[in-house]
Amino acid sequence: MYAIIEVGYLIATLSFLGGLKFMSSPKKAKTGNLIAAMGMVLAVVLTFVAALTATVPYTNLIIMLLAIAIGTVIGKRLSDKVEMTGMPQLVSLFNATGGGCAMLLGLMEANQMDPATTILGNKILLIAGLITGAVALTGSIIAEQKLAGKVKDRRSKTVIFSARILLGLMLVLPVLYFFGIIPISFIAFMYVLATIAMIYGVLFVLPIGGADMPVVISLLNSITGIATAFAGFVYGNKAMIAGGIFVGAAGILLTLLMCKAMNRSLLKVLAGTFKKSKNGAVEEEQDIKEISISETALSLSYAQKVAIVPGYGLAVAQAQHVCGQLQQLLEKRNVEVDYIIHPVAGRMPGHMNVLLAEANVEYSRLKEMDEGNENMEQYDTVLVLGANDVVNPAAEDNPDSPVYGMPIIRVYESKQVIVIKRSMNKGYAGVQNDLFGLDNCSILFGDAKASLQEIVNQLKLI
Amino acid sequence: MDASTFHQTTTTSLTMDFINQHIQEIYFVIFCVFIGIEVISNVPAILHTPLMSGANAISGVILVGAIIVMLRVPEDDYLNLTLGGIAVFLGTLNISGGFFVTGRMLKMFSPKK
Repeated sequence: MYAIIEVGYLIATLSFLGGLKFMSSPKKAKTGNLIAAMGMVLAVVLTFVAALTATVPYTNLIIMLLAIAIGTVIGKRLSDKVEMTGMPQLVSLFNATGGGCAMLLGLMEANQMDPATTILGNKILLIAGLITGAVALTGSIIAEQKLAGKVKDRRSKTVIFSARILLGLMLVLPVLYFFGIIPISFIAFMYVLATIAMIYGVLFVLPIGGADMPVVISLLNSITGIATAFAGFVYGNKAMIAGGIFVGAAGILLTLLMCKAMNRSLLKVLAGTFKKSKNGAVEEEQDIKEISISETALSLSYAQKVAIVPGYGLAVAQAQHVCGQLQQLLEKRNVEVDYIIHPVAGRMPGHMNVLLAEANVEYSRLKEMDEGNENMEQYDTVLVLGANDVVNPAAEDNPDSPVYGMPIIRVYESKQVIVIKRSMNKGYAGVQNDLFGLDNCSILFGDAKASLQEIVNQLKLI
Repeated sequence: MDASTFHQTTTTSLTMDFINQHIQEIYFVIFCVFIGIEVISNVPAILHTPLMSGANAISGVILVGAIIVMLRVPEDDYLNLTLGGIAVFLGTLNISGGFFVTGRMLKMFSPKK
């Protein structure tokens, strides 16, 4: 019996690994997801089977089965209902549930165990799981609220300073406790730590701005994974350890990738600070050329290759479907249309790709930044939709600019750039965009969705 | 071990005990870190959102831990039954929502006719 269960957990572990491995190609990814999901079901079923030999009270079984049934139904509902633009919120919410589960697990384990016989190592693991779980719980909830626009950034010194104090407390208190300096029971101590960690989670996400959300979501994801791994260590359950570590690794990898794509250190992102521009706000007058809807439609229809550079503005305007329509119309006229996507476009890694896939854009048309930059001269017209800082040439040639050093999509190397913008408002970094003053750049003022719709209407007439 | 006996044992021997008990897991964690990074770094940028939500669902394996604890909670321990019930619910929500939403996204990435 024991051997069968161990083999089952081994299969579950391999299925997680296989699922992630299959994510390396869009064709196989769906199968991968299914494999990982089946491995998960296996792991859960096995855990029940393993308990068959012991007598488990019916009350416990009923509570668990009810909780599992309700959880499954609600999870399915939420995932069916979500708009692709709201994906970052939903992923944050699910991440919060994982963190919450890890935190409660720590508290229950502390309630149940005998502090006298439990070895120190396991206590430390429980504390680590509790803290990481609690931080992931409240941090993800705040991230979700911020993405939904319900909570604003709070970048005051008090918030950042208090967060640091709490972080210090979480590291120091356990040491003091184990040296017997804090005379309370282990259970009480765990509740204190959980409270501190939950407040820390809130304060840690509050200062982080909207465009930095991809970093923070990845980081929180990885924290939940690590919490899972700590818990797996306590129970000596390898499926939990492996699952947790894989998620932790994925999260950290994405976090670093996002930071690199913004040329900012993780610490700067977490503090919500930008590099200060050296000469203060020196802004040159820009000669801006406006372009009309019909001129835009005309130049798109006479182009051979068109690239579209989408940004978060596309998601806000819900313009992905019109964008897909525009592409289909242009392709009928034998115009090749590619999308060039910056790694940090949107509010979570890969956000733009999901939106465009929803609008039936073939994934072979979705180009990564480097590939787009290599072929930039070939594009006759580049349409910039709701992106700003990621196409600012100042990142390459103006060392004084706060965005300097950030890898950008070099749209200025194409023959013509058309930027659809509502107003001359600045991007997230709050700097003037040198692109707008260039000779080959014109601006079409208007809402992304409405303008695209009109371009589509015009194209149908031409 | 409680606080008073802690002083009598040196930190070194405690660490050694822990390592002796968990050496297998320590090896396992190190291998997982490297394999995880290797596998995940091959995922292309266009699939980063499904990767994240799929990984998120995998971290729901914490549910296994919640069930293990729940199985040995005494029937009349209402505090822990409540905490455990919530934990099992949250873990399941994480798994179910995560895999369903990832599946929905990946369906959109399937090659069109």
